[in-house]
Amino acid sequence: MATRPAKKGFSHKKIERNVTLLGALALLTVTIGGIVEIAPLFWIDNTVEKVEGMRPYTPLELAGRNIYMREGCYTCHSQMIRPFRDEVERYGHYSLAAESMYDHPFQWGSKRTGPDLARVGGRYSDEWHRAHLADPRSVVPESIMPPYAFLAEKDLETGDMSNDLAALYRVGVPYTKADIAKANDDIQAQANPDAGAGDLQKRYPKAQVRDFDGDPSRVTEMDALIAYLQMLGTLVDVDRAAPQGRAGETEAAR
Amino acid sequence: MDTLVAKAGGWLGLAFLALVMAAMAVDAPFAVHMIIVAFACLLMLWATVSRADYEAIARGLLKMPADEGVYDDDPIRWGVIATLFWGLAGMAAGLFIALQLAFPALNLGFEYTTFGRLRPLHTSAVIFAFGGNALIATSYYVVQRTCRARLAFPTLARFVFWGYQLFIVLAATGYLMGVTEAKEYAEPEWYVDLWLTIVWVAYLIVFLGTIVKRREPHIYVANWFYLSFIITIAMLHLVNNLSMPASLFGSKSYAAFAGVQDALTQWWYGHNAVGFFLTAGFLAMMYYFVPKQAERPVYSYRLSIIHFWSLIFLYIWAGPHHLHYTALPDWAQTLGMVFSVILWMPSWGGMINGLMTLNGAWDKIRTDPIIRMMVMALAFYGMSTFEGPMMSIKWVNSMSHYTDWTIGHVHSGALGWNGMITFACVYYLVPRLWGRPRLYSLRMVNWHFWLATVGIVFYAASMWVAGIMQGLMWREYGADGYLVYSFAESVSAMHPMYLIRAAGGAMYLAGFLIMVFNVWATLGGRVRTEKPMTETPYNAAADRPLAPVPAE
Repeated sequence: MATRPAKKGFSHKKIERNVTLLGALALLTVTIGGIVEIAPLFWIDNTVEKVEGMRPYTPLELAGRNIYMREGCYTCHSQMIRPFRDEVERYGHYSLAAESMYDHPFQWGSKRTGPDLARVGGRYSDEWHRAHLADPRSVVPESIMPPYAFLAEKDLETGDMSNDLAALYRVGVPYTKADIAKANDDIQAQANPDAGAGDLQKRYPKAQVRDFDGDPSRVTEMDALIAYLQMLGTLVDVDRAAPQGRAGETEAAR
Repeated sequence: MDTLVAKAGGWLGLAFLALVMAAMAVDAPFAVHMIIVAFACLLMLWATVSRADYEAIARGLLKMPADEGVYDDDPIRWGVIATLFWGLAGMAAGLFIALQLAFPALNLGFEYTTFGRLRPLHTSAVIFAFGGNALIATSYYVVQRTCRARLAFPTLARFVFWGYQLFIVLAATGYLMGVTEAKEYAEPEWYVDLWLTIVWVAYLIVFLGTIVKRREPHIYVANWFYLSFIITIAMLHLVNNLSMPASLFGSKSYAAFAGVQDALTQWWYGHNAVGFFLTAGFLAMMYYFVPKQAERPVYSYRLSIIHFWSLIFLYIWAGPHHLHYTALPDWAQTLGMVFSVILWMPSWGGMINGLMTLNGAWDKIRTDPIIRMMVMALAFYGMSTFEGPMMSIKWVNSMSHYTDWTIGHVHSGALGWNGMITFACVYYLVPRLWGRPRLYSLRMVNWHFWLATVGIVFYAASMWVAGIMQGLMWREYGADGYLVYSFAESVSAMHPMYLIRAAGGAMYLAGFLIMVFNVWATLGGRVRTEKPMTETPYNAAADRPLAPVPAE
């Protein structure tokens, strides 16, 4: 081998002696996969198929979602039902891409230490959620969930919620000017039945207006979190969204 | 003197700015963080001023050693200590949350001690604090030795170290206060992300600068891996953390992407945090420290070229296997699965190159506990890079996803590969960095090795059983056509597995404590009187010729 004449053309030794070349080639190599896989998701139309009923979160639901994220609920709960017979029977219709189209960030999760929550809305009463969040083992003896009793004691302090809606508007969530202007009032309107809902339900169809935490005198973090949990998976009429002739039928992937 | 005044004034100005930000904060955690930043700036101010007064102290603290004939090792010494400190914190947090899953009363009823807040603390502490400090320290060590040059930009190199510690403190305290972007392994909020970006660019400049001023014509293979790790992490970090703050004076931000697009961006990031932070960077450690400890050259130069380029090319594609059967388009899932399976090959290329480096020195597994750790690290690397592609097959994933099997897989890689190779490197580095004749005790290294190995076996085995049991229970149908188990029943079935896992974690942590003591004693200059690891028997009485005996 040693007597072979020096090879013309490409030799890896060139790369090994030139750090600019090495760095540039490495960067090029690691960008390809992401460009091919991720970029098309932004322009292929059927990535997120349009469905009826999706709307942005109400300010109260959004505040609840922020508490869900703050407490790290995603470390144990998924929000993504896969199209298997057992999951569909256990949790409901498999999740559609459109159902998380306003989720910045997504909360699909990766682990089910607890059950999936994609369609938990309306499955339990507010009372059940209150008892469960305050002391999970009082209603589910086998549960290993941490207690969140402090939520009921803390007033909901969101700061100026119109900032949050405006930030979401800037990244593509279709809040209207009225939504953004009324963000703080909307929280009171949804959690406090005495305040009068105004046009909340017109701007946010299917918004649930009531006192969620059993204490109408004030709006707590418990109100916000339960409002969020109670709306999860309730916006889209999934049977109508299914392809024609397949309504009600589930796909068993095994 | 002018520069001193300018520097001191700069730090004071920054501290003041941070305090103004704290005063204007719209939420309490943001105020706490800005006060921490102000405190860090004041510390820097103190260090800057005191350096002028006490040149000798400062030489150790902030300036490079005056002697140009030695490598610039101060940041590496700090890095080794930081690695041990954060490793202890991260692993203790891991054991604690493992126990919380077995005994939920350990959530203690405070908002700051719930599993949901401590889990990101654990993952970030072990990956970014323990692993990150190990990577920065070893990369500074390796790049100097293999380039035969001192670190370029010594002040910047020190900024990288301290800036990275500030990032860790801000991230960790943020998690406890509930400041999180809620994207796994990318939890820090927007301002902490921006800070890390500055630190990371500085790291790239120091690393590249040192390579540029090298006195060797070739760039050694370990540096290819370090370089690709630094570049790729920068790319992943920037794209995945794009977000819109709700207020410039508040901690809350909203991710730039939503739903499907956000999910794939996140797992493109998440999987390559594994691929580049925990694989490419640690392979760089392997490529330097295994040949040094074994005193053998790297097995194959060609294999290292092939496996480097194929590894960094293929890893990027594997992200979608975290999203099988979700609302992600099917073509992306299948693409992710195919590339994940192919990825098995370059992964094993790296393992083979590392293991075969021991050619001609295999006996050291018996005599050298540090080599033993390196070999076990490579064995676990091989095992988890086989398990990973298998779990990325959609059919397997339909059962393993969402279960504890994934947790077991991650830990066989993290504890077995990343942990073990880091321990071996620290054991290699400590006597050399502090100029000690040898470690305090080699036998303690052996104890550490066995505690860690047995601990991982308990951990991985219990999580296999737990994960497969969950997967099967969730999908079990009775003869009547109904689901057999409620979800709660699958939770209570996990209890014994969670206990065994915690026991495994406790053993691993116990081994780590032995290491901390061993390093501590070595730093103190002590050497334990102990029986050597091997002895060739020698019998002086038998070592003589047979005397001729006259016939009777």
